[in-house]
Amino acid sequence: MPLRLLKYAIKKEHPASRFFKSHDAPKKSYDVVIIGGGGHGLAAAYYLAKDHGIKNVAVLEKGYIGGGNTGRNTTIVRSNYLTPEGVNFYDASVKIYEDLSEELDLNLFYSTRGHFTLAHTESAMRTMRWRAEVNKHVGVESRVVGPDEIAKACPQLDLTCSGQAPILGALFHAPGSVARHDGVAWGYARGADRLGAEIHQNTEVLAIDVKNGKVCGVKTNKGYIETKQVLCAVAGFTPRITEMVDLETPIVIHPLQACVTEPMKPWLDTILVSGSLHVYVSQSSRGELVMGSSLDPYEVHSTRSTLDFVEGLTSHMLDMFPFLANVKVVRQWAGMADMTPDFAPIMGKTPIEGFYLDAGWGTWGFKATPISGKTMAQTIANDSAPDLIHSFRLSRFEDYELTGEKGAASVGH
Amino acid sequence: MKLLTCPMNGTRPLSEFIFGGEYRDAPDQKTCSDSEWAAYVHNRSGAPGDKKEWWYHSPSGTWFIAERNTLSDKVSRTYLLSSNANATQEQAK
Repeated sequence: MPLRLLKYAIKKEHPASRFFKSHDAPKKSYDVVIIGGGGHGLAAAYYLAKDHGIKNVAVLEKGYIGGGNTGRNTTIVRSNYLTPEGVNFYDASVKIYEDLSEELDLNLFYSTRGHFTLAHTESAMRTMRWRAEVNKHVGVESRVVGPDEIAKACPQLDLTCSGQAPILGALFHAPGSVARHDGVAWGYARGADRLGAEIHQNTEVLAIDVKNGKVCGVKTNKGYIETKQVLCAVAGFTPRITEMVDLETPIVIHPLQACVTEPMKPWLDTILVSGSLHVYVSQSSRGELVMGSSLDPYEVHSTRSTLDFVEGLTSHMLDMFPFLANVKVVRQWAGMADMTPDFAPIMGKTPIEGFYLDAGWGTWGFKATPISGKTMAQTIANDSAPDLIHSFRLSRFEDYELTGEKGAASVGH
Repeated sequence: MKLLTCPMNGTRPLSEFIFGGEYRDAPDQKTCSDSEWAAYVHNRSGAPGDKKEWWYHSPSGTWFIAERNTLSDKVSRTYLLSSNANATQEQAK
């Protein structure tokens, strides 16, 4: 890296470099077509090429890369889940994230902050203890802490929450981090492109060709593409794609909103979550407070923002941090969360041969970007899902073997 | 503020209502297969479009049906399940 920097300084010309090549139109056929140019789809393309040597791959994105939920989440990475299956899976993701800037040669501003899930009630404390014990058992650094330790990490926090909801303790999760989410998409895009995958933006899938239960191609707005393997990694658009292949799933779409304040000097070192107050907050490397809340209460396929959301969220923020009363909210937005009944993703094979699903990422997808890319690449290359994602298979619903992660969602949904 | 029309109480703020999910017919428990039942329990028609849904007016405890487009979020009509669908209240836009 320093040598490259030195070379760059000596050079007379500094042409802007592109992150990935643009292509006029897709080729006639590919080994694998990935629908969705978000973090998950691009990571899958990257690991297909890197780990399995499968390079004849197209990523089809109907908008621009990272423009969906990859660029709309609140960038929190953690592995303090409730089920051992979930903890193992997200822990594998955190471990990849820790070295990802190095691997992708792009500064992802990956910043380990420590993550506090505040408990305001005895029942919440019980869930925190449960999660802490499961985490410790699997080898993930989580423990229950008292109000004094929370006050030490965040002296600005009103521990009584304006007298409304006194904090009894918290689940402290040391590896909790934030990262630059669009950078993750760009980094994987560049990596995949360099290894030979093609990224096609403004390319929308209109239909999927299935004959005798096998995928044989996709119809796009830029022509027909022959392929035997299709990965669907489209988050909030999943039901529209699964409808194309007549596949039923439990996925329902709810908007999830977030907002940021104007930038401030750094004062919030940790990531704070309050389930009872429906708030999660961290301070970005630009100084903005990044805040999110619970899902919108009913199904809508839309990314509109509402005043109700900002009013509700900021009133709870003021319970925690009364001194923020004069700070302005500068942006708000929404993403379409593909929710599952057990708050765990749906990953792996489907009854349709060659149609793979990486979906049901609801409100928990960003943190899983690297490991979902890696395990989906494995699933496609071997036509068999690895053990790590066995609990997330679509058929778990028919088997009544749900992977209950609702208790590990950041806030009550 | 978003509004919804309760068939019993008229037009009220949306915050008074709770979404109860899509209206679905249950398969016959005596004749359906295990996988048909599992599909009924878990699967939903998640794609956007016109849907018939359960809604609950919380202050008065009224369950009713709303026909709503999940893409545009426009409600076309609301009515009590027991009532004749023709005698419904047209939802104000």
